[in-house]
Amino acid sequence: MTSQAAILGGADLSGALRVRKPLRARLGPALLVAPLLAFLVVGYVLPILGVLWRSVDNTEFRTELPRTVKALASFDGGDLPPESAYEALHQDLVDAQNARSVGIVARRLNLVTTGYRSLILSTAAKAQAMRPPYREAFAAADPRWGETAIWVSLRRLSRPVVPDFLLVAIDLEESENGIRHVDPDRAIYLDVLWRTFEISLLVCGLCLVLGAPLAFLIAAKPRWSNVLLTFVLLPFWMSLLARTAAWVALLQSQGLVNKALLELGLIAQPLALMFNRAGVLIAMTHILLPYMVLPLYASMRAVPIELVRAGISLGASPLTVLSRVYLPLILPGITAGAMLVMILALGYYITPALVGGTQDQMLSYFVAFNASQVLNWGLASALAVLLLLVLALLFALYRLLARVAGPVPA
Amino acid sequence: MPMKKTILGAGTFLAICSLLVTASEAQEHKITVVSYGGVYTQSQREAFYKPFSAATGVRVQEEDAVEAWPQVKAQIETGKVTWDVVNGETATILQGCETGLLEPFDWKLVDKSKLIPEAVTECGVGGIVQASVIAYDADKIKGDAPKTVADFWDLKKFPGKRGVRKTPITTLEFALMADGVPHDKVYQVLATKEGVDRAFRKLDEIKPSIVWWESSSSPPQLLADGEVAMTTSWNGRITQAKRADKKNFVIVWDGQNYDVDFWAVVKGAPNKENAMKFVASATDPQRQAKQMDYVAYGPTAVAAMSLLPADFAAELPSSPNNLKQGIRNDAKFWAEHLEDLQARFQAWLSR
Repeated sequence: MTSQAAILGGADLSGALRVRKPLRARLGPALLVAPLLAFLVVGYVLPILGVLWRSVDNTEFRTELPRTVKALASFDGGDLPPESAYEALHQDLVDAQNARSVGIVARRLNLVTTGYRSLILSTAAKAQAMRPPYREAFAAADPRWGETAIWVSLRRLSRPVVPDFLLVAIDLEESENGIRHVDPDRAIYLDVLWRTFEISLLVCGLCLVLGAPLAFLIAAKPRWSNVLLTFVLLPFWMSLLARTAAWVALLQSQGLVNKALLELGLIAQPLALMFNRAGVLIAMTHILLPYMVLPLYASMRAVPIELVRAGISLGASPLTVLSRVYLPLILPGITAGAMLVMILALGYYITPALVGGTQDQMLSYFVAFNASQVLNWGLASALAVLLLLVLALLFALYRLLARVAGPVPA
Repeated sequence: MPMKKTILGAGTFLAICSLLVTASEAQEHKITVVSYGGVYTQSQREAFYKPFSAATGVRVQEEDAVEAWPQVKAQIETGKVTWDVVNGETATILQGCETGLLEPFDWKLVDKSKLIPEAVTECGVGGIVQASVIAYDADKIKGDAPKTVADFWDLKKFPGKRGVRKTPITTLEFALMADGVPHDKVYQVLATKEGVDRAFRKLDEIKPSIVWWESSSSPPQLLADGEVAMTTSWNGRITQAKRADKKNFVIVWDGQNYDVDFWAVVKGAPNKENAMKFVASATDPQRQAKQMDYVAYGPTAVAAMSLLPADFAAELPSSPNNLKQGIRNDAKFWAEHLEDLQARFQAWLSR
């Protein structure tokens, strides 16, 4: 009750201040961060929303075939559509052909069913010369116009938002009989998602195992802490790309590590340290280690050593003190470090791309691949949505853990 | 107030500078040409950019892009097109033309009959003939040498890794030819589900031995370093390594997959007229022959063939003896099937 009263009192106080200096009290703080806020909204939030929207956006297709979209609104896909739909499509195709944009429609349909590209292109090329009745004219141009499949696809693509890409991102697709798994030959993204998770978890574990003793040493030996902290922070001053490239130089089959081991006679053949999972784990652990060490160090430094001594003086074994006194006290540091490493690792792209093999690429690689090589921005966005969802889930989990473990050290 | 004066001075200076820059940009005629970089851009600079600038006074601004197409698409979507001319393979140019990323070429500027027929398309003007070939280092494989695509798959007879380009295009064709599909039936077979399965099964045989490459400068490097025993490559890179670095590389012409690489003008290019003129100038036989001093690809101007040295002509995909052993890349097939097979290829790769 007392604290609540204090808060209420505080509110009253600020209320009183507001009466006296309304502009400064209200606008002052807001104005201070306004440039940053505007920058964040324009440079960060809006582009991200734009990317997310692309994963379901279907405006492009609808603008190319406006009449067909209208004509198919009441089409249920059971039978062939009425002549009016054929006529609408005919006019749309003639327009698209003249505007040289028919390829956009063809390419989008081809993503649904391979072969529709040439169907649309060849029909559009003949559209100008077609005369009614259009149903017969279309069927004469290509027998597929006499089947329902293409019309069902057109109907599906005439919706304002389409789930195609989001479904593909989790290896599903829409078919006549509802949603189903994609062909096992083409299933990939669930595997990739799991792999992304697996690599991140492993890196996180390695960072914890390697980082905890170091953090303890820095916290326990203040005399060395400056030097050791410098070593931890040193990699931050170098670009990620340079560090990854350095790992390439170290790990390749003619690299420093292999040469040294060969010279020492420890191995007879160069070890495969690159283009495989081992290389990815080594390089990523090295790059992410500081993110684990720093929060651990902060939480360890805050632990009063007297508590440990008290535990021992009361007869607890060192192991009991570790598990019942020390670990619970540094738990917030562990969760914070683990969460930082995990979240950063999940989005890793350049390191696996350079030192990993084809079986070690993570989700971000496929975002880049679809965006820049296949030019399928819808699928790239859908994969980005997937990654964002995973991160949001992780963050929720972190909040839950943090509440259980107590406040995180600043 | 010296401080204030300095700031004022600097401000005036900057303002004048920016005025000068704008003025000179407005006066100067230039086009921006995007290419693949390295020795290839150099060959284009010497053979096409310099003579074009000398003759017309239009400066050629060079840009290199490994992934040009996302940028072309982004420039057009945002309405800020800064590029004028791009380079691209047949399937890319075809798709770019269909989806409105490219301007239709003004064929009034070029006599079509002076070019090989494959070089003439709606938007793209053929620049070179290039081929995906299999190559090996004769200093390392001696005696019984690889002669066919099937030999590429023969890990017993020719032990060692295999370099393969990380794309389904040409890779699946090689696999089918190695599996005994006649050259002229390759695309017919690949159009069926069974054919695709067959190609991937064949690839499974050598999958653990494959070193994947993406940059076209990698294959000669992989061969020279002894990282691979054989590799697929663009033919020009191999011939160039022989010519410039005195390497003893040999091309296996069996199963060569040849294709035309094109010039094209970006939709809404800021200097469209000069860009068209530049592309037209790049079909000149003399200039095409000069380009081959720097890279070893085939010209698209028929008259340029006779201008090349005789020993060089035998190294071209278009020389009669090589032509009959190879297949022409089916751009229409790939325009239709690329996304589907790309998806399957990616899934196969990551398993």
